[in-house]
Amino acid sequence: MIETPAALRPSVAHERAKSIMPSSESNTTPLPTFEVSNLSIWYGEKPAIQDVTINIPSKTITAIIGPSGCGKSTFLRCLNRMHELIPRTRIEGKVLFQGQDLYSPGSDPTVVRRRIGMVFQKSNPFPTMSIAENVVIGLKLNGVRNRTLLDERLENSLRMAALWDEVKDDLRKPGMSLSGGQQQRLCIARAIAVEPEVLLMDEPASALDPIATMKVEELIHELSAKYTIVIVTHNMQQASRVSDRTAFFYVGKLIEFGETTEIFAAPKEKKTEDYITGRFG
Amino acid sequence: MMITPAAPSLAGSIAAKMKPPSRFGDKAFEWLTLAMALAVVGLVFLVGWQLARGSSLAIQRFGFHFLTTSTWDPVAEQFGALPFIYGTVVSSLLALIIAVPLSIATAVYLTELAPVWIRQPLVSLIEMLAAIPSVILGLWGIFVMIPWLRDHPFPFLKKLFGWTPFFSGPIYGVSMLAGGIIIAIMILPIVTSVSREILRSVPNLQREAAYALGATRWEVTRIAVLSYAKKGLFGAVILGLGRALGETMAVTMVIGNTPQIAASLFAPGYTLASVIANEFTEATTDMYLQALFEIGLVLFGITILANLVAQLLLKTMTTKMTSRVAQ
Amino acid sequence: MQATAANHAWRKIKSALVSALAFVSAILVIAPLGLVFFYLVKSGASSVNWDFFTQLPKPVGVVGGGMANAIAGSFELLGLAAMIGVPIGVLGGVYLAEYGSTRTNSLLRFIADVLNGVPSITWGVVVYGLVVLRFKGFSAYAGGLALGFMMVPLIMRTTEEVLLLVPNGYREAALALGVSRWKTIVHIVMKTASKGIVTGILLALARVAGETAPLLFTAFGNRFWNHSLSEPIAALPLQIFSYAISPYEDWHRQAWAGALVLVIMIFFINVLVRFLTRDRMANPT
Repeated sequence: MIETPAALRPSVAHERAKSIMPSSESNTTPLPTFEVSNLSIWYGEKPAIQDVTINIPSKTITAIIGPSGCGKSTFLRCLNRMHELIPRTRIEGKVLFQGQDLYSPGSDPTVVRRRIGMVFQKSNPFPTMSIAENVVIGLKLNGVRNRTLLDERLENSLRMAALWDEVKDDLRKPGMSLSGGQQQRLCIARAIAVEPEVLLMDEPASALDPIATMKVEELIHELSAKYTIVIVTHNMQQASRVSDRTAFFYVGKLIEFGETTEIFAAPKEKKTEDYITGRFG
Repeated sequence: MMITPAAPSLAGSIAAKMKPPSRFGDKAFEWLTLAMALAVVGLVFLVGWQLARGSSLAIQRFGFHFLTTSTWDPVAEQFGALPFIYGTVVSSLLALIIAVPLSIATAVYLTELAPVWIRQPLVSLIEMLAAIPSVILGLWGIFVMIPWLRDHPFPFLKKLFGWTPFFSGPIYGVSMLAGGIIIAIMILPIVTSVSREILRSVPNLQREAAYALGATRWEVTRIAVLSYAKKGLFGAVILGLGRALGETMAVTMVIGNTPQIAASLFAPGYTLASVIANEFTEATTDMYLQALFEIGLVLFGITILANLVAQLLLKTMTTKMTSRVAQ
Repeated sequence: MQATAANHAWRKIKSALVSALAFVSAILVIAPLGLVFFYLVKSGASSVNWDFFTQLPKPVGVVGGGMANAIAGSFELLGLAAMIGVPIGVLGGVYLAEYGSTRTNSLLRFIADVLNGVPSITWGVVVYGLVVLRFKGFSAYAGGLALGFMMVPLIMRTTEEVLLLVPNGYREAALALGVSRWKTIVHIVMKTASKGIVTGILLALARVAGETAPLLFTAFGNRFWNHSLSEPIAALPLQIFSYAISPYEDWHRQAWAGALVLVIMIFFINVLVRFLTRDRMANPT
């Protein structure tokens, strides 16, 4: 396991990110991005999430950790209604996104997903498309036709994903021709091209080598200046490196949620302590 | 509150340019594809309905006798389909007798016994045989196979088995036996490839268990593979039967097209499909055409039955297979 | 001790014997392919010349002539058939792969497989009743419709299969961008599987290209050029059939030549398909 140098954390990265994309709004939104109350989910008869209540503040990085099968991925997916793709799921409780009910009858899952983007465990650039097409496909399929706007978003998104310098001369090459780490950053560029407000990341670095992992982690830091990020990881070092807050899930329940430094230094719950000290999971 | 496309917290430059999603598109596309998928159901009914409609008068007039009498006299408007049913059944059974052992042995060879490098080329060759159109096989049958059968194997068979009714009488070349052989060639590829799929679906665990007991290759095949795959192989055979019953062009060209019920396999015969192919455009009276439609209905009925049975047998086999993959 | 050794030897011999028998069976199964191909080349190659592709059939007794009209007719019929079979088959396959409950889909799949086993001559009779009787005449439309019906279940099943090979990750990635379901299917899933879909269509075309029975009383055949799709039209397999059962030596030669050309066309499609699928294997997506 590679120890990430503390220098990776610093505000230099933040500053750099901000100079690329000057934030137009102030950071004083009082409202948390997500207010989840009494959320339960079943797959058929099997409960996956039980009675979870959590507030996820905006413009921060929240890590979700827990042993596999604890429901952390399911929880992530119900933040942008992706879990609905699995047949026979049932949901109870409330998920508010900026004060609005994600699951109200009038809310459209496609609109929800435009505003709440997602990056997956396995990098999945579309195999028939070039690097450029991969980035702008979300815009195109959502009806954006303006060439200048598309080109602008292409460059912007690739810059934000820290991929521009590596691929700017190969934009017509297939997305699949990139290395694993580059592919994952391409997927991040694809997700931010549609200008979401939130990025959900489902173990985004678990299939990458240590160096590529480092790059993706650095990128996540930079992105947190503009986005609310929720990241699921089974890697506790990663959680402690990248996140501001950490939530610990165990068999479908939220056991503990707090500042990352506190969770790892002084967990309040016995189960959390057992997990982070490697006693199970 | 609802989630609206334009996010208040965002400048909204992109979101504003994005078209609002239309649920209509999704629904319309799903309904469109559903309608197309239902086309297969529609086609089955279309076939049944057209055939029944086209033959309603004949069904009324001849009733059940249509299937049990053997006079086929368009001039006197007397129609009995028994010789055609007999010819179809006998030629198909002959084809199965020839094709099934060869196909299953080949499938066993391809999955269990053959050296690995030879398997793919052999499979490709069998696919190529499947791609040869019926009419071309019939052409070859008329000009190459029939003269050869007439001059060599048939006299030999007659000398050996001439004392039985099955190999007696004059040899013309065109015959029930020739029809059976050409149908056998037509169904060899499908029976072989379906059998091969079935054998491939037998889990390796089965084989390893038998090998661990010190069994030889053949013993492993017999004990672990064939007994396990029995049902599926039977499905493959019935599928072949379905194809054999409906085979038209090649058999029409070599069977002799004579509506008779003769014990001898050297005598010419006629099949349901062949009589339609030969006489349909010559059917001058309505009743004649009706009778041919009814032949089509009978043919459709028995092939559907064979295919239903085959698919059911194969389905239990493949669900077993897929559930295994899922685990 | 000796008894078991002898027993063991006998078992090994038996195993070898069965292997040999299975090998002979495999040879017998592919023997007809070699024999047919040998005679096609031997009897047909000499008559495949420029005239064959450019001339109309000559009347009995006049040497020469070709099958230009039948070759063109076959392509026209395949085009008409594709217009029926491709949209129904591909979209139906999309439903089976992307929508529908497990139970409905397995039923539809089952019916498609049964439909695949309907004898090709039956389609001729059905279309005769449906089109020829109604519009009082044989036509290219009728022939195309009969072949198109045959293509539907073939294309439906192959399309379904290749769509199911597309990993779910691509569907999720597109849906997570806020792309609607149908656009995801058309622009992402079908595009990813496009080679496989094309392969399925080509195989279905190759399969019906050699069909004679459904055309006997729909397209009917024509000794001249077809000037309107509502008139009878020639097709290569039909021409081969009528020449093969004719009593004239010269027509027999033409039948062999036509058969050679038809088989080469069909094998060409199959080789093309193999080429396309090899590419897919090399890049497992």
